Amino acid sequence: MSGKCTNNVDLSLLGDVMKEYKNIKGSLITILQNAQEIYGYLPDEVIKYISSETKIPAARILGVATFYTQFRFQPVGKYLIILCQGTACHVNGSNMILDAISAELGISDGQTTDDGLFTIKTVACLGCCSLSPVMMINENTYGNLTTDKAVKIIRDLRGEQ
Amino acid sequence: MRILVGEGSCGIAAGAGKVYKLLDNKIKSESLDVKLNVTGCVGMCYLEPIVDIYSDNGELTRLVRVDEKCVDSILEYIKTNDIESVKEFIVSDEDKEFLNQQTRIALRHCGVINPEEIDEYIADDGYKALTKVLTTMSPEQVIEEIKKSGLAGRGGAGFPTWFKWDAARKSKGKEKYLICNADEGDPGAFMDRAVIESDPHNLIEGMLIGAYAIGAQEAIVYVRAEYPLAILRLKEAIKQARERGYIGKNILGTEFSCEMKIKAGAGAFVCGEETALIESLEGQRGMPRLKPPFPAESGYWHKPSNINNVETYANVAWIINNGGEAFAAMGTEDSKGTKVFALTGKIKRGGLVEIPMGKTLHDVIFDIGGGIRDGRKFKAVQMGGPSGGCIPAELDDTMIDYKKLGATGAIMGSGGMVVMDDSTCMVGMAKFFLDFTTKESCGKCIYCRIGTKRMMEILERISNGEGKEGDIELLEELCMSIRDGSLCGLGQTAPNPVLTTLRYFRDEYEAHIKEKRCPAGECTSLLTYSIDADKCKGCTLCSKKCPVNAISGSAKKVHIIDIEKCIKCGNCKAVCKFGAVRCS
Repeated sequence: MSGKCTNNVDLSLLGDVMKEYKNIKGSLITILQNAQEIYGYLPDEVIKYISSETKIPAARILGVATFYTQFRFQPVGKYLIILCQGTACHVNGSNMILDAISAELGISDGQTTDDGLFTIKTVACLGCCSLSPVMMINENTYGNLTTDKAVKIIRDLRGEQ
Repeated sequence: MRILVGEGSCGIAAGAGKVYKLLDNKIKSESLDVKLNVTGCVGMCYLEPIVDIYSDNGELTRLVRVDEKCVDSILEYIKTNDIESVKEFIVSDEDKEFLNQQTRIALRHCGVINPEEIDEYIADDGYKALTKVLTTMSPEQVIEEIKKSGLAGRGGAGFPTWFKWDAARKSKGKEKYLICNADEGDPGAFMDRAVIESDPHNLIEGMLIGAYAIGAQEAIVYVRAEYPLAILRLKEAIKQARERGYIGKNILGTEFSCEMKIKAGAGAFVCGEETALIESLEGQRGMPRLKPPFPAESGYWHKPSNINNVETYANVAWIINNGGEAFAAMGTEDSKGTKVFALTGKIKRGGLVEIPMGKTLHDVIFDIGGGIRDGRKFKAVQMGGPSGGCIPAELDDTMIDYKKLGATGAIMGSGGMVVMDDSTCMVGMAKFFLDFTTKESCGKCIYCRIGTKRMMEILERISNGEGKEGDIELLEELCMSIRDGSLCGLGQTAPNPVLTTLRYFRDEYEAHIKEKRCPAGECTSLLTYSIDADKCKGCTLCSKKCPVNAISGSAKKVHIIDIEKCIKCGNCKAVCKFGAVRCS
């Protein structure tokens, strides 16, 4: 759990989602997914709000949220780098790509750069195995990576700032 | 003239979206008489992006590795009808073999029809099987037909589909559910994603037939959240099917009513296990339940439920249309029909392969896949992901059949087939999968939660050159305990990658432990980098690329690596154009 949350969270954004799902049993994961879509992560206030609306104890909501890798409790950077570590990517050197990106950005898996630009997250498989090694940055997929190519992509994105 | 751009996830990743947009703009701005459409994934992933051009008399010209530059050539072709303009992009005869040697049932529409248009599916016998079932067959007759076909669960376990359907049908209670497991979690497997993205109506039709057979009023698809395009296309397909009266109340004017909805998973491998999936559907932590009772008796909301995976349902409409016998005529004594594999790794032609059961691994890897990339040596093939195992090259005449594959220690699995060459370390491979299961263990059973962790530590030790006598025996003992002491398939099969690599590549483990050597040259702690003085031209590139300044030497002089400083990142070897960097 993140502890502090300095941003003011506008809970009204969740109004429609709560209206649609709060009375349908078994919808907790769907509600959490919608909330993360809106806020980019799950702030404390949102967990408490969902709890008060659905009458599910906050502890149980957190129990569910922390079980699944999709949910985040910290804001992510402007560019979310999702690096595939699936079997095909592994066989084709995805570890070296992770090392190269980590070295370039000075952060490791799961961390965000101080300037709030980049977050690195590894995942089990993106399913683009024929293009391995693969990474996704926001909506774009980059395949057949080499360490040089990966670092260049990051530098280009940083250059656009 | 009709042009189809292959827009599955891998096609889009390779740039198909851009190609489509460019074509669309130009066709519109020049008012050309061409129908431009998207299609799903034809499965030749290594040739993406793919553009298919159908002439007015239905003749197909397939263009591969289409980039933005090729778009102008395509426009030229449209205007002049001169094949020369696109010649360099036409798929080669050799590459055509990749598809020619396949038999497509589950993938029959993939890359052929537009997945976003229900009419294209209907035009190719779509919803014919559902109509036949609802108007002329009883649920028992449907189950009988599936029994005749010999269809078995394509998610990995290979349990007879008819048996599950029959059990769910016979369970007491009016409220029943039919669930599709589309939580394709095995790293290296993407068949289910391709089916949903490329032919969603085929899945919907198979599910509706299943729902009719067991007597379910609601069908749910549990899709991995990592598959946004699949979710999008399935949502649209469900909407279209509902508008046409295939989903909802009194389907096709009959007594049968069925609703369908999608639930997105949230990233937990264990949710591929059916009872964990049900927990997750109910909004809980995805932890497996004790069986029995089986879901057929007490599943979703403790009502009778049937769960099959995507590929299983994708075969159903074909079986009803062509008869169970036609399906059973393909394959072997134990394994009927076809199976889809995701062929990846160090293979020349990687992609989706659907073949009749009974072909050998060699057929798939060499005849269809074209063998190993870069002229290297075939070492092993991994099947079944983290629950499966590695089959060595010398067993490549093994038939693809549930029992025969099981006898090797691997499993048929959901269809991941990752090919490895001699540069892949088998200890590293075992470690890779165990790392995966260790992280994905839900924590309910102690052996799975802690046992895999202890095994992981031993494997780490071995690959770091700190392995000791007795480590292999300790690993084997832990494997047995974890297999016996875990509740669900994840824990029970977690030791498989270690057991199979120990069985076939024990000498590689021993080399790590006794000689502190990694025969494949992959375990970095056991490697020493040096520069061959005869080959080094003094180009200075390695020294520039070394992140820790461990390489000294001036221009045109032989360079030297300081072993004390070297972090074994391999950059120097990767950049050397003269093959002068040795690694042993």
